[in-house]
Amino acid sequence: MVRPDLALLAEWIPQGARVLDLGCGDGSLLAYLKEARGIQGYGLEIDPDNIARCLDNGVNVIEQDLDQGLGNFADQRFDYVVMTQAIQALERPDGLLAEMLRVGREAIVTFPNFGYWRVRQYLLARGRMPVSRRLPYQWYDTPNIHLCTVRDFEALCHEHGHRIQERKVLNHDLQQTWPSQVWPNLFGELALYRLSH
Amino acid sequence: MTHTFAADSVGLVRPEQMHFDEPLELECRRVLPQYTLMYETYGTLNADASNAVLICHALSGHHHAAGFHDAAEKRPGWWDSCIGPGKPIDTRRFFVVALNNLGGCHGSTGPTSIDPDTGKPWGPDFPMVTVKDWVRSQARLADRLGIQKWAAVIGGSMGGMQALQWSIDYPDRLAHALVIAAAPKLSAQNIAFNEVARQSILTDPNFHGGRYTEQGTYPRQGLILARMVGHITYLSDDAMRVKFGRDLQSGHFHYGFDVEFQVESYLRHQGERFSTAFDANTYLLMTKALDYFDPAREFDNALEQALERARCGFLVVSFTSDWRFAPDRSREIVNALVAAGRDVSYAEVETDKGHDAFLLKIPEYFRVLSAYLGRVADQLEEC
Repeated sequence: MVRPDLALLAEWIPQGARVLDLGCGDGSLLAYLKEARGIQGYGLEIDPDNIARCLDNGVNVIEQDLDQGLGNFADQRFDYVVMTQAIQALERPDGLLAEMLRVGREAIVTFPNFGYWRVRQYLLARGRMPVSRRLPYQWYDTPNIHLCTVRDFEALCHEHGHRIQERKVLNHDLQQTWPSQVWPNLFGELALYRLSH
Repeated sequence: MTHTFAADSVGLVRPEQMHFDEPLELECRRVLPQYTLMYETYGTLNADASNAVLICHALSGHHHAAGFHDAAEKRPGWWDSCIGPGKPIDTRRFFVVALNNLGGCHGSTGPTSIDPDTGKPWGPDFPMVTVKDWVRSQARLADRLGIQKWAAVIGGSMGGMQALQWSIDYPDRLAHALVIAAAPKLSAQNIAFNEVARQSILTDPNFHGGRYTEQGTYPRQGLILARMVGHITYLSDDAMRVKFGRDLQSGHFHYGFDVEFQVESYLRHQGERFSTAFDANTYLLMTKALDYFDPAREFDNALEQALERARCGFLVVSFTSDWRFAPDRSREIVNALVAAGRDVSYAEVETDKGHDAFLLKIPEYFRVLSAYLGRVADQLEEC
């Protein structure tokens, strides 16, 4: 069974699309998209264990550091460039977002929303950096150096002229519920965006 | 006396010869009227001949890739770390074919063979062979062995280049290409190192224009120097530092030109060993074949266009401390494959072992090979 957020994301990707998955982990999204959508794709990954798992899963994986950019890919080479829960770990998320829309027709980005009410409550009540299931690190050892909220992300898109085609905001059970639709920045734990130029 | 080998060794193996009477037209426009290829096989070919894997050798390699020729043999085949039951190239699942390339000096027709026209060794008259020629001769070997399509063609360094050429020249005859520690063509620096090696052989007073055999001698010093230069480029600065540092043989300086540092002793030893085991004309030929290799050349110098012909899946592997064929050279191959829309995976293995790493049992590297080849074997069994 594929994770519910990945299944929701897959709904955006049509049959036979060319997909680049940034920070593809063990390749389960690509494997699912290959199976369910017949896509042709590549994953970029930096962790050797994940690279081996991608090979086990039979998906194309290329070792590459996302902080070095996507300069090795031609303009508009892909239909979709996907990045699930990795943008917060990048040195320059704004730069890579622009790169995603250079090499892809559309970009799909998901990230944990730092504006989520439980995160706010944690910080408010304890006065310490929030540690949760989705953000399980201490402030000093976290790979997540650029956490943002739904509002921050949309402001960035606006400033850079990226068009938000669609948004899905999920609660902590990875479900779309009415509070997370009405107050995404408060009740969304995970946000999914589909962007274009 | 019976001898037991390790459980993951292919054990005792026997080289075999295949003779070809069909003339082979070479890229240099000369024709080899007949020739012999020396090869070894490990594992069992399955009923539909779909589980065969071809191992292409590197510069100074040959057909003896795994196992032992006799119980007394000290060192197994050159890629024994990787080939055997339970190893990444698993002989329980694959039928492995390893050969000595044309122009070689270990049993395949080459400069040390007798030219039937003259009754004397070919020597310097042996025609120039290229990677493309090797691949053609390997395809004929496959025909003879009843192998229509390789499950994978695998090679490191010069072997990786052969795997790449296979994918372009015979797109329907391989399912996967594993291109390890290779490059799409040599850089000027690579060619320069080859030229130093060649000049050391060509200028040896015992070279005699390549007819040293007839003079009852051989360019020993030239071969030693060639190999010493080669060895420096196969190791990394770090690997040398770790292995030898500035350690002295005797503990103090002698203020002379004899061996003092251990690295000097090592290089001399490697050179000496090589000089007795390898033919100078073959070394010249093979380094030249490397220099000429450039599959993009006939496609407007666009590697991407050349690789559009390929149909197989690719695994490309490089090593971080390899400066002979640095990771960036492998990335050129990967980028061209992505541009051509081909299936490719790429791993850059962290190691201080330099170019030679492709022969070594490095856990991360072997995990990648095992995972990829495991899938290849699974696919065969699903069919």
